[in-house]
Amino acid sequence: MGRSATTKDAHALFHSLRSAYAATPNNLKIIDLYILFAVATAVIQVAYMAIVGSFPFNSFLSGVLSCVGTAVLAVSLRIQVNKDNKEFKDLPPERAFADFVLCNLVLHLVIINFLG
Amino acid sequence: MARDLGILVIVVLVLAATCQSAVVSPVSESHRSAALELFSPAHGSYGSLEETYEALKTFKVLGIEKKHAIRTSSCASVADTLKSTSSALKDFFDALRVNSILKCELNSEAVRGTQSRLKDSLNGASSLIDFYYSIGGLVLLKEQMSEVDVNLGDADRIFRSIKALGQSDGRWRLSSNNPESSNNAAGIALEALAGVISLATPQIDNSWITTLKNDILKLFDGIERYDDGTYYFDEKHVGARGHQSPLSSSASVVRGIAAVAAATSETLNLPGEKIMGLAKFFLGVGVPGSAQDLYHQIDALSYLENIRESTPLILSLPATVISVTKKDQLKVRVSTLLGSPAPTLSVRLMQIFVSGSKDASVIDQELKFDAVSGMHVLETLPKNIDVGSYIFSFEVIFHNPEHKKTYVSGGRTRVLVHITGVIKIDNAEIVILDGDRGSVENQKKLKLPGDNAVALSANHLQKLRLSFDMSTPFGNAFKPHQAFLKLRHESGVDHIFLVGNSGKKFEIILDFLGLVEKFFYLPGRYNIQLTVGDADMENSFLQPLGFVELDLPDAPEKATRPPPQAVDPYSRYGPKAEITHIFRAPEKRPAKELSLTFLGLVLVPFFGFLAGLVQLGANLKNFPKSTVPSTFAILFHLGIAAVLALYTLFWLKLDLFTTLKALGFLGMFLMFVGHKTLSHLASTSSKLKSV
Repeated sequence: MGRSATTKDAHALFHSLRSAYAATPNNLKIIDLYILFAVATAVIQVAYMAIVGSFPFNSFLSGVLSCVGTAVLAVSLRIQVNKDNKEFKDLPPERAFADFVLCNLVLHLVIINFLG
Repeated sequence: MARDLGILVIVVLVLAATCQSAVVSPVSESHRSAALELFSPAHGSYGSLEETYEALKTFKVLGIEKKHAIRTSSCASVADTLKSTSSALKDFFDALRVNSILKCELNSEAVRGTQSRLKDSLNGASSLIDFYYSIGGLVLLKEQMSEVDVNLGDADRIFRSIKALGQSDGRWRLSSNNPESSNNAAGIALEALAGVISLATPQIDNSWITTLKNDILKLFDGIERYDDGTYYFDEKHVGARGHQSPLSSSASVVRGIAAVAAATSETLNLPGEKIMGLAKFFLGVGVPGSAQDLYHQIDALSYLENIRESTPLILSLPATVISVTKKDQLKVRVSTLLGSPAPTLSVRLMQIFVSGSKDASVIDQELKFDAVSGMHVLETLPKNIDVGSYIFSFEVIFHNPEHKKTYVSGGRTRVLVHITGVIKIDNAEIVILDGDRGSVENQKKLKLPGDNAVALSANHLQKLRLSFDMSTPFGNAFKPHQAFLKLRHESGVDHIFLVGNSGKKFEIILDFLGLVEKFFYLPGRYNIQLTVGDADMENSFLQPLGFVELDLPDAPEKATRPPPQAVDPYSRYGPKAEITHIFRAPEKRPAKELSLTFLGLVLVPFFGFLAGLVQLGANLKNFPKSTVPSTFAILFHLGIAAVLALYTLFWLKLDLFTTLKALGFLGMFLMFVGHKTLSHLASTSSKLKSV
């Protein structure tokens, strides 16, 4: 009984989340998709490392941190672009995007250097 | 009385023992062949007349007939010199000397001219050399052209002028303003004075001859000698005529003395011992290496040979090594300096000294004269003479008592003679003895000298004994100079032991217990080698005998290491062994297929991202349409693509500095373009909002 209640609640929660998510603006959904893509790439790299071992370690770190870093930057972009966020009301989204691009470029420079 | 005589005998013996004398040989074929080699004319002539004279005189004394080859050129040179008015005094002298041997045909006009030139020079002469050349020239002229009158009127003045240059010690100065005196100048002066005597008109003052005799004796007082009885004249200073060697100085003095002896019929009373010493000096040179030295030697020997009152006789031995085994006989030759036979005499062997010790025995045995070979032969060696080195003392006894006055034999002549022989070695054996009891473990007989290859083994408690007997052909005991036993380890370390003897028996016992430390505790095979040798032993040998396997105890901690053996230089400086480097094993890389699979897997999220974008309805509607903003927008995207391409290049081959430089430029560009694009987008969206 308890179990079925829990699963029912989980299903209900899931559905409500899905419907709420559908209301988010498209640009935010694009950013979310991008974040998902980055994290998925990171997970695949970790799985690879788990299979073959961590040599060369620097390359592994570089790859994983690239994905993680770009995901983090995308998260901060989403925060800044989100119209519901009162804190960044005066910040134009173009500016936030420019920061995102710049930070990504710097991140990838460091990543490429560390890749070896 | 008898006691005094005994002491005298001992003193004489001691004196005889202390003075050594050298054995010299008279002039022989080696001198003749050297003369032919040294005096070989270049292009048919000898260069100067002086050299021509030296060559001709040497050949004449040695009896070599070689004059014909150079006669024509030399005679022409002589004639030219005598005719020419520009010839120097020395040239006249040399030309006349050459002519005295060659006896060329001379123009009487030239001869008269020469004579007047020489007389003029003599009158104006002041230095010794001028006197010598002019007087010498006149003497030669008188000998060759008997019709020419060259007698001196003022001989007295000339004699005194030359004498004035003489010193009180018998030497002469070359001129009055040259303070250095020399023996060489003395010889020249004596020749010149003798020439004056022979040229002077028949009134010869006898006091001159006495003065000359005294001068010669004074000169002999300054003679130098070696310990073996050789006398010679040497110079203390380098004279005006350059450095004179003892050979040339002594030859010059001998010429002077011979000239004086020839000029007078009186006896000069020359000290016989010193004449003999001079003869030994000249013969002791051997065969000189230069032409001028050979000339001086042969010239002086010819004059010494012909001295009337003390002709030296040389006692020589053609062979000083006598083999008892081959039954050689000791032969002695007595001859004059130039090798001519001596008058009838006999040679007696007076004493024999053992070389290196004070033993001496008086023999007094006469040697038999063999007329065929001209040698005196000692037919049998004295009884107590065995293999070894001895000094034989000979004496010459003249048959005719008159000869004793005219010949000088040099008293007792001592000669070092080696008596050699084959030494018999018997009863040679090598034994391993067991411990203190001395019982024989392993005994092997050896054949010495001969091939032996014994194989022994011993441990450190045992002893090795090698023994053999040595005896001379006469059966006496013989102690050789060298009797060594050498043990050589296989690693190259040597140990050498002396083999001692008592009488005829030679024995060595190696006690390994005491030698263990000396052998550096090295066990293993030791090769045995025996060396027995002596200068008078004809069958000296150095032979391997075999080997002995030694079992030694282990070395204690503080034992000395054996000395390092010499390294073969080719192995030390040659190439070394190849080094194989051991690298860290490379990391195990994953299989290629796995990697490629994951490469594909990693790209899957990207495609998923694109698919998601399409599903979400992402579009490019907001892309600027008008020219300028669209250009900037395109450039912006291109700029980002360029930066990413730069990163790829950086990963592939660029370094950080180049990348940063390029990135700086691209960044500037991108900033500018991006700013333009984004500000345009911002302005359009704000316009939309306001509208």
